[in-house]
Amino acid sequence: MRLTAVELQCHRGGRDVFSGVSFAVGSGEALTVTGRNGAGKSSLLRTIAGLLRSAQGRLTLDGGDPELSIGEQAHYLGHQDAIKPSLSVAENLRFWADFFGAPSDDGHEPLAEVGLGALAGLPAAYLSAGQRRRLSIARLIAAKRPIWLLDEPTSALDAAAQGRLAVLMRAHLGGGGLIVAATHGPIGLDKTLELRLGQITPSPLVGEGRGGGSGGNAIAPTHAHPLATPTPNPSPQGGGEQS
Amino acid sequence: MSALAAILVRDMRIAVRVGGGALMGVLFFLVVVTLTPFAVGPDLALLKRIGPAILWLAALLASLLALDRLFANDHEDGSLDLILMGRAPLELVVAMKGLAHWLTTGLPLVIAAPLIGLFLNIDAAAEGALVLTLLVGTPALTFIGLIGAAIAVTLRRGGLLLAVIVLPLTVPVLIFGVAAANAAVTGPVPFGTPFTILCGLTLASLVVGPFAAAAALRQEIE
Repeated sequence: MRLTAVELQCHRGGRDVFSGVSFAVGSGEALTVTGRNGAGKSSLLRTIAGLLRSAQGRLTLDGGDPELSIGEQAHYLGHQDAIKPSLSVAENLRFWADFFGAPSDDGHEPLAEVGLGALAGLPAAYLSAGQRRRLSIARLIAAKRPIWLLDEPTSALDAAAQGRLAVLMRAHLGGGGLIVAATHGPIGLDKTLELRLGQITPSPLVGEGRGGGSGGNAIAPTHAHPLATPTPNPSPQGGGEQS
Repeated sequence: MSALAAILVRDMRIAVRVGGGALMGVLFFLVVVTLTPFAVGPDLALLKRIGPAILWLAALLASLLALDRLFANDHEDGSLDLILMGRAPLELVVAMKGLAHWLTTGLPLVIAAPLIGLFLNIDAAAEGALVLTLLVGTPALTFIGLIGAAIAVTLRRGGLLLAVIVLPLTVPVLIFGVAAANAAVTGPVPFGTPFTILCGLTLASLVVGPFAAAAALRQEIE
């Protein structure tokens, strides 16, 4: 299985969010998408998920199910957790497992894997931000889909939960899956491909935060790096050392 | 459980739990109908004549109550993104959400209508026919409302826009629903003709509503 993007362009609200983005990621590989705030990391993930239309370019999946779109073979972990506060933790997970066509079981095993086994009967309204995130992650393992699109998957997670997520991601990659993750920091995988999204227009926020990069970034090319390049362990963070 | 059954069960669970809108519709219905005799006065003949219209108007407004949150909640918490990535056809998912909404909002109205009809001096024989028109007509109100709910999904205060979009579309249903109910309550015009047209309108809305709403959702989500 191989997910390939050629010269993708995303146009939103009258401006190009990104353009000329190309990458290829295969089975067992993880691609991290980095770049400053507003560089289009989330938009790229949503484009792959089929939730945004790309203005230009091609997105193909070789070796997948030809009957299904890429989005229908992908899990999307976005900023929103898709959790209903009035349903219990187990009911929330069971719903998404059923909706995504997972075989019927009691749903407790994925909950245990993310460390929520003891809270299965609790209404999701009482969960903390990190626990909500873990409940969303449980969805990824409750129903099997080969592509994981993770938008800052480690946000709100404590160190132990980040470690658990890394184990789950390694298991997913080991099973032939592939991961595209937008991130500002390391996500706990040893070997990842990296795609740096460039900057479209100079912004007053440049220089703030690690994602902003140094001043030279303000006149960075309007195109992202043409091809993702493999980077050794550990994966570089954000655009911090971009010169 | 299949994806569609899962949607139905989830939406019904949410509706009947704390913060869900299931009982609000019936309470609103009850309040509007109860207020009418106070406003109109204790003229039994007049109440009987306008009774079906009052019941239908109250049912129309009550079924719009929780409708604006139908897709907006799913949009705000990210569920709609995942639903769009599901393998179940969006049209059927939308129809299931409509069905869940009707079962928790429309059906209680139909069940409460005979009791509330007593307030408006509607006699027992006519009650049956009146309830039948509501049973057939309220699904049409919900499924036409789906279109408005889908169009208003990204708006913070979508409820007002929803009413403006949906209420004009419900005029035919209202006309033939009230006509059939009036025929049963006051006669002497036949009940069958307007009732058959009402059935036709409902069947059409059951098809058109989900397709139009799904198309609107696909556009809006970007």
